[in-house]
Amino acid sequence: MSALRALLVAATALGLGATAMAEDKPNPPADAKAFQDYFVKKFPKVAFDDFVNGPYSMNADMRRQWEEKEQFPPYEFALEAGKEMFAKPFKNGKTYADCFPNGGIGIRQNYPYFDDKEGKVVTLELALNRCREANGEQPYSYVKDEMASLTAYMAYTSRGKRFDIRIPDDPRALEAYEKGKEYFYTRRGQLNFSCASCHVQSPGERIRAEILAPALGILNAMPIYRSEWSGMGTISRRIVTCNSQTRAVPLEPQSDEYRNLEYYLSYVSNGLPVSGPGARP
Amino acid sequence: MRHFPRHFPRHVSTTNVMKKIVFATMVATVCAGSARAASEADYLAAAAAAESANKEAGRLRNQWTVTQAALNAAKKAAESGNFDSAVKSAQEAEALAKASIVQATSEMQRWKDLEIR
Ligand code: HEC
Repeated sequence: MSALRALLVAATALGLGATAMAEDKPNPPADAKAFQDYFVKKFPKVAFDDFVNGPYSMNADMRRQWEEKEQFPPYEFALEAGKEMFAKPFKNGKTYADCFPNGGIGIRQNYPYFDDKEGKVVTLELALNRCREANGEQPYSYVKDEMASLTAYMAYTSRGKRFDIRIPDDPRALEAYEKGKEYFYTRRGQLNFSCASCHVQSPGERIRAEILAPALGILNAMPIYRSEWSGMGTISRRIVTCNSQTRAVPLEPQSDEYRNLEYYLSYVSNGLPVSGPGARP
Repeated sequence: MRHFPRHFPRHVSTTNVMKKIVFATMVATVCAGSARAASEADYLAAAAAAESANKEAGRLRNQWTVTQAALNAAKKAAESGNFDSAVKSAQEAEALAKASIVQATSEMQRWKDLEIR
């Protein structure tokens, strides 16, 4: 519990310090710079690209175990399944490749994007289900294996490509980004924690057996295999789980809030490489 | 789903919001301790108040899992005819739902304090 106590002290100190600050206009590039600088300064020994490895970037012992495991990665099965699913034609003869730029290969780093026709953020998981529906297929659950397999494959074909999330010159896009930021920092649940309470103020600290991942690059390794789940988890599944941990009722996967949140979190990780699918203890 | 140990929220209660929340819970507990045995009507009234507060929390997209858990416990107690316990749980649910509303409302400004700048 001492890690959590430290976290609270930090939260209180930060709160007092920041209230006096002037409010300024939305400025995503400045946000991203401040965000990245914060983690780089906090963890001077962690190489920039290593932040995408979540808890492993924070802990040498865990990292060693992981590197041994990577020789037979536990996501292998999902990756194979995803590759097959991706290639298999729908009943109408079309495939996922028909729905995505570059046939869906090597494009993970561009998601989520702002869709100016809908006026909303579109995540990769959402785009996959929309592709299914447009081709007369039932959508997949956002928190189950099929979606994890498909996104695992798409991440794999994009490994090493650097996140390149764009905020077009459109007030709605900027608003989506700002709302995502607000969601990220808003405390919720009976435990009164925001995403930032754990993943900004306490990365590297332990919560029970787990080591908290830094918020910088936190989506780059998704989807992930987790022993605790004995399976794969999508971004949606992870966010829902993190909400429940604070005793907050999670929102529906791919709700506007979660889409905006993913937009914000991905944007401030621009420049970091895709490393998914990942494996966690 | 993982749960933190029961004593966990106490560490969290250092902020003003949490003080209000804890206070609300205490008020509810004191109110629930009246001498007269509770009736089904008391339970129904307490549950309706809790449901309505929880609905408002839902409108603010900020329900707590523990609110629904307390409501479920109230329903279960009422079904077995234990209306004292049912009223107590329903009042707890209402206090939790109100605390979640206070949280959502105060966070509309307070979230900025945490932002990395
Ligand atoms: C009570 C602390 C806590 C809060 C609050 C929290 N998380 Fe987490 N989160 C965890 C733990 C524990 C894990 C698993 C260990 C790890 O990887 O950090 C985790 C893992 C993650 C991961 C996977 C990281 C990886 O590399 O495996 C993502 C993504 C994530 N959280 C996002 C969020 C978001 C978004 C929020 C806010 C909605 C949030 N978390 C709020 C505790 C928290």
